[in-house]
Amino acid sequence: MAQQLHVELVAVEEKVWTGEAEMVVARTTEGELGVLPGHAPLLGQLAEPSQVRIKQAGGQQVVFDVPGGFLSVTSEGVTVLAESATPATPAR
Amino acid sequence: MAAQVRVLRQRIRSAKGMKKITKAMELVATSRIAKAQAKVAASLPYAEAITGVLTALASNARIDHPLLTPRERVRRAGVLLVTADRGLAGGYSSNAIRTAESLIARLRADGKEPVLYVIGRKGVAYYRFRSRQIAGSWTGFSEQPTFADAREVGDTLIKAFTAGADDVDGDAGADGILGVDELHIVYTEFKSLMTQNPVTRIIGPMQVEDRPRTEGALPAYEFEPEPESLLDALLPKYINTRIFAALLESAASESAARRRAMKSATDNAEEMIEKYTREMNSARQAGITQEISEIVGGANALAASGSEV
Repeated sequence: MAQQLHVELVAVEEKVWTGEAEMVVARTTEGELGVLPGHAPLLGQLAEPSQVRIKQAGGQQVVFDVPGGFLSVTSEGVTVLAESATPATPAR
Repeated sequence: MAAQVRVLRQRIRSAKGMKKITKAMELVATSRIAKAQAKVAASLPYAEAITGVLTALASNARIDHPLLTPRERVRRAGVLLVTADRGLAGGYSSNAIRTAESLIARLRADGKEPVLYVIGRKGVAYYRFRSRQIAGSWTGFSEQPTFADAREVGDTLIKAFTAGADDVDGDAGADGILGVDELHIVYTEFKSLMTQNPVTRIIGPMQVEDRPRTEGALPAYEFEPEPESLLDALLPKYINTRIFAALLESAASESAARRRAMKSATDNAEEMIEKYTREMNSARQAGITQEISEIVGGANALAASGSEV
């Protein structure tokens, strides 16, 4: 797993989280979705409300509660657009 | 003479009091400018990201969303005016109102009926005093707007815009609500600390710009859900972001205008204090000189009368 995803989580009033990760898990209106490095370009609408889980190298995980928003995957990385985002207590 | 000195002393005291107040307001406004500018900077990543997403979507999906298509006949045009909640900000609010007024006059000349939405107590007071109708008003956040405020405003405007789709002449159409066919926003652009200009922008229908891309075609995106419903969800959010950006910029402009007004008030107070101090000193000196000449005159008179005896 040399490849890493560049993840940006932006809320309207500030940039909430940015960094490298191995995987991003989010739930769109169509269903749960995991993004690994090299994913095809994708635009998705997040379910309202839902959680965005960012899995970092070394098994660490950051979780944010979002009241809905958008997910954009490009060759440069993943951008999560949420109106607001609050850190949630990780499930594990 | 002593009375004049006392009056001047009192004037100096009151000018000093005023100077303290205006100086404090100047300092508060200065710190607010920095805060407002930081907020503008913090909101940029989201604005850029949502614009990017919209660009990707627009180049992949058919664009025939109601928020993107100009109406054939524009009967009513919504005007959102951003003013201050408090005064003492120089010409900030009145400049914005004047710009809105000229926009309204232009809309009227084009046969469109303006519908007013006002943010800020100053603007509301202006139109209430002239008993002009306001379709919606929001107050209490002009200096420190949050996104929740922008969303409230945006949702109202989008609702009015959507309701305007089925209006016919003088009739509200099927939904029974008189909506608008165009949305304009008048806010104050923050050019620099010294210049802020009121500007008008159209926020609905949005204009899609066709720009030749230099770095090749955009990648083919997958969409979840369908592009059309994605556009449906995205566009209102985009408009809210635009309104939020306008509110933030106006807040920065308001603080900058207030800082400048308070700075010149402080300078004036200083000038007045200096002038009165000079007058007071010369009055006091004149009083002393007169007293001395009276004493000397009296002594001379006594001496002259004494030598005669």
